[in-house]
Amino acid sequence: MARDRGSFLRRLLPSPAPEGPKPSALGPGSAEARQRSLAVRVHDILHSNATLGPALVLLIAVVIFAATTDRFLEPANLSLIVQQVMVVGTLGIAQTLIILTAGIDLSVGAIMVLSSIVMAKLSAVSGVPGLLALLIGFGVGTACGLINGLLVTRLRLPPFIVTLGTLNVFFALNLYYSESATIRGADMSDLLLWTGNTFDIGDTRITYGSLLMLALFGVAAYALGSTAWGRHVYATGDDLEAARLSGVRTNRVLLSVYVLAGLICAIAAWILIGRIASASPQAGGLANLDSITAVVIGGTSLFGGRGLVLGTLFGALIVGVLRNGLTLGGVDVLWQDFAVGILVIAAVAIDQWIRKVRT
Amino acid sequence: MTATPVMEARSLVKRYGHVVALDGTDFELYPGEILAVIGDNGAGKSSLIKCLSGATVPDEGEVLLDGDPVHFKTPLEARNAGIETVYQNLAVSPALDIATNLFLGREPRRTDLVGRLFRKLDKKKMRGEARRHMNELGILTIQNIGQQVETLSGGQRQGVAVARAAAFARHVVIMDEPTAALGVKESAKVLELIVRVRDNGLPVILISHNMPHVFEVADRIHIQRLGRRVAVVTPKTHSMNDAVAIMTGATQLDAAGHDQVVNDASRRQAGQDAFRGAGE
Repeated sequence: MARDRGSFLRRLLPSPAPEGPKPSALGPGSAEARQRSLAVRVHDILHSNATLGPALVLLIAVVIFAATTDRFLEPANLSLIVQQVMVVGTLGIAQTLIILTAGIDLSVGAIMVLSSIVMAKLSAVSGVPGLLALLIGFGVGTACGLINGLLVTRLRLPPFIVTLGTLNVFFALNLYYSESATIRGADMSDLLLWTGNTFDIGDTRITYGSLLMLALFGVAAYALGSTAWGRHVYATGDDLEAARLSGVRTNRVLLSVYVLAGLICAIAAWILIGRIASASPQAGGLANLDSITAVVIGGTSLFGGRGLVLGTLFGALIVGVLRNGLTLGGVDVLWQDFAVGILVIAAVAIDQWIRKVRT
Repeated sequence: MTATPVMEARSLVKRYGHVVALDGTDFELYPGEILAVIGDNGAGKSSLIKCLSGATVPDEGEVLLDGDPVHFKTPLEARNAGIETVYQNLAVSPALDIATNLFLGREPRRTDLVGRLFRKLDKKKMRGEARRHMNELGILTIQNIGQQVETLSGGQRQGVAVARAAAFARHVVIMDEPTAALGVKESAKVLELIVRVRDNGLPVILISHNMPHVFEVADRIHIQRLGRRVAVVTPKTHSMNDAVAIMTGATQLDAAGHDQVVNDASRRQAGQDAFRGAGE
C-alpha cells in the first residue's frame, strides 16, 4: 500500500499551523483539548499504518522479557522462537490473503495435515521419489484450495461455512489415507525433512524452514503491495460491489486467493514435516485458530480490505515471544493462553476503533 | 443538430416478465452536450441507462456508438468501448487511496524488465497521472494523492469517481444520480465538474431526479414517460414546470412539438409538485 510512511513521527508532533477549525475552542492550554487532539493524532497514524501497533507490541514484549529473564535474548532461544512460529506463520500468510478478501479459512490446518500425510506416505510407504511426493503434496493442497474457492465463488456460500465443512472433510480424508498412523521421518525422503535442517551463522542456528517462511512473506508482501492483483485483493475485500463496478473480476480474484492459500498450506505442510521430523495425522489440530490469531494480532481487519501480510509475521512472533517468555519466566501454560486471548480481543477492539473515520 | 449522434438508441424494448420497462424508446446523444434524462419512477430511466452502459441487454432495438451498432453484454464491454459510468452509490473503495481507486481494474505496469517479469505496478505513473486528472477537473482541495478515499468528504469522493470516468472515457460519460447522496455545496461542486467534463470535450448523460440541477447544467433534456421518450426539450424553451408537466403526462407534445395542455388542473398540480421538488 502506497501510504505516507515515515511521516507518522512528524504527524505525532503538534503541527505549528493546524488546518481547519482549531481545537482551541475550549481555550488554549485546556487539558481536554490537548488530550483529544493526541487521541486523534494517534488514531490518524494507526489508520494509515496498521502494522505500527503490532510492531510496537512485539518490541515491548521483547524488551520486557529481555529484562526479566536471563536466557531470552540468547541466540539459541531466539532461533527456537522462530522455529516455533514457522508453521503457524506460513499458514498465517494463507489466512491473511483470505481475510483481506473479507473471508475466513477454517480449513488451513486440515489442508496442511492432509498435504503432509500425502507427501510423507507417498515417500515412505509407496516409494515415490521425494521431489515427486512433494509436488503431489503441493497439488493436493492446491486442489483443496480450489474446492474452497469454487464453493465460495460458484455456490456463493459464506467462506466460514464452506471452510467449516471442508475442514471436516479434509481431516476425515487425512485420517482415512493415513489410517491414523504417524509416519516416521526416518522412512521418508531427505527432501521432505530438508525444512528442518539447519545451518549456523555465528552462534545462531537457522533452519531452512524458517528461511522458507520468511521468503514466502517477502513474496506475498510484494504480490499484495506492488502488483495489480494485490490491489484487486484489497479492493475485493474492501467493497465487493465497488470493485466489480470498477472492472475488477472479483470472482477470479477470490478463486485465485483460495487456490494460492491452498498451495501455501501445502508448503506449510513441508515445513511442518521438517519441524516435527515426522508426519502425524493429528498434528496442527488448532493451527487454523492459531493462524487467525496471528492475522488478527497483526492488525489485519476481519472485515477485509485492510492490513499487511507483514503484520501477520509480527502477530505470529508476538504469540511466539509471549509463550516463550512466559515459559522462561516459569509461568503456567494456562496463563499463556489467557494472555493470547486478551491480545486477540484487544487487537480487534483496536481495529474497530481504527476503522472509524474521523470526519 | 445535424452531426452524427455519439450514442444513439433505436426503439429499445425491455420487458421484465409482464412489466414493460422500455416500450420502444429512442435516444440520441450529440457531441459536446450534457443530455439530462428525467422521468418519473418506473418511466424506464434506469432500464434505458442500463441498456446504454451494458448492465442489461435490451430485448429489441439497437444501440449505436458513433453510428455503428454495438451489443454490450457486460458493463466491462461498454467500458472497453469508451463509455464510463459514475454510479450514485459512489463505487469507490474506501480503504484504498485515490490513485489506486482511479486506476482500479486497469493499473499500469512498469514497462521495464521488472514490470514484465514480476508484473510490478508503475506507482509513480499512477500517482502522477492521478494528480494530473484531479487537477484537470480542478479538484485541488485534495492534498495527498496517497490519501485513503474514506478520509474524503462525500463530494470529494464523487470527485474521484468523476475524475476516473473523465480520465478513461473516450466517448461518453454516464452519470447516474451523481448528486443524490450529496449536500447542497457538494452538489454544486459536482455539477461544476460535470460542466467541466463536457467543456473538455466529452458528452455527458446525466440521470437525475433533481430538477434544479438538471436545469442548471443540461443542454437538452430527454423526458421519459411510460417506457417511451415523450419529448426532448431544452432549458431555454421550457420551464421546470413544463418539463414536469410533460413527465407526469399533464402536457403532451403534438407532432409538431407544441405543447398541448391535457388538463389544466393536473398541470397546475404538476407545477406545484415540481416546485416542491425544487425545494428539497
